[in-house]
Amino acid sequence: MATEADERELRAHFEETVAADRRVEPRDWMPEAYRATLVRQIAQHAHSEIIGMQPEGDWITRAPSLRRKAILWAKVQDEAGHGLYLYGAAETLGADRDDLTRRLLEGRQKYSSIFNYPAATFADVGVIGWLVDGAAICNQVPLCRSSYGPYARAMVRVCKEESFHQRQGYELLWTMARGTAAQREMVQDAVDRWWWPSLMMFGPPDAASPNSRRSMAWRIKRHSNDELRQRFVDMTVPQADRLGVTLPDPELRWNEERGHHDFGTPDFAELARVIGGDGPCNAERVARRTAAHEDGAWVREAAVAHAQRRARRTDDSGVAR
Amino acid sequence: MNGTEGVDGGWPLFEVFVRGKRGLNHVHVGSLRAADARMALTHARDLYTRRNEGVSIWVVRSADVTASAPDERDPFFAPSGDKVYRHPTFYEIPDDVPHI
Repeated sequence: MATEADERELRAHFEETVAADRRVEPRDWMPEAYRATLVRQIAQHAHSEIIGMQPEGDWITRAPSLRRKAILWAKVQDEAGHGLYLYGAAETLGADRDDLTRRLLEGRQKYSSIFNYPAATFADVGVIGWLVDGAAICNQVPLCRSSYGPYARAMVRVCKEESFHQRQGYELLWTMARGTAAQREMVQDAVDRWWWPSLMMFGPPDAASPNSRRSMAWRIKRHSNDELRQRFVDMTVPQADRLGVTLPDPELRWNEERGHHDFGTPDFAELARVIGGDGPCNAERVARRTAAHEDGAWVREAAVAHAQRRARRTDDSGVAR
Repeated sequence: MNGTEGVDGGWPLFEVFVRGKRGLNHVHVGSLRAADARMALTHARDLYTRRNEGVSIWVVRSADVTASAPDERDPFFAPSGDKVYRHPTFYEIPDDVPHI
């Protein structure tokens, strides 16, 4: 048992590590609240990647060409990979994989509200890549310098791959925007539906985000929700202009004095409703994840049985002779 | 690496090491769960080398890793701390001596 003096010293060492911008590694001493905050954030992030496979996964069989199918397949596979990197990072904190899955299925851990909106047309696939993955990149690039080493390293991989996601989305829209009038209409319609939910991805406004300040002090987070939201708007406006679409916000305009765009306030009451479970697709997303988990149980059990039989037949390296 | 091993009859945890290209060391890239080492290898390929990141993969059960204590102030590393004479900069040599 650590005495009080020991704990004071350990805490001082932890604070010093974080303040000096060094990384905290798995077996280092860390305050319980730091560990709990990280597990919550990383698990929520991992769940988002896994649930995030669904809106676009629906379009794999309906993508209009083999090229688009192959791209979408690779992207959805990446999302699975991102989820796994992140579950791995959560496990370094002592979280248990099966327990994390259970918490997701029972609604005790959240995932990003954005994935509770439906992907209605193929243009939505493009807009998800451009706006949703674009917003995710804004959120995630600073996490590559997060104070917790395994999380930061996982985010480096994720960010490298997200760049492909965003570009394929923009290219898809670029192609449609140069197509028929009906295609251009589909693009604008998708932008109209996804713009505000994308802005909500940055979370509630700073004043209403009680955990943010502590996460920033611990350097888990590097920028506030509102800073990142502003950065995203500033990045996106010229991309929308080039694409020839209108972002559905009458208050959106360049503010010379601030050197940033002014923009309207997202409907944070809607955000709270969707997070609370009352979005267009919440029940459907969790039901589908639950079905996949239950339908896959025999595969997991068979793999264990197979591994045990192989272990009896071969040496203990697990590699067949 | 937390040594969690097959809780609830689930799959054990493996650590994954990838050699990026010939001439480089294998480097730890993360972990994954698999029923056995062979499955861990194929999962590691799908998870960590989707974009030609590797030419060779090692997997090892996390439970089989023996690690030093994490704290960098740990006396475990003390023996190298006071031996500055192991570094070339310890030795003062006139500036005009060539090739040394």
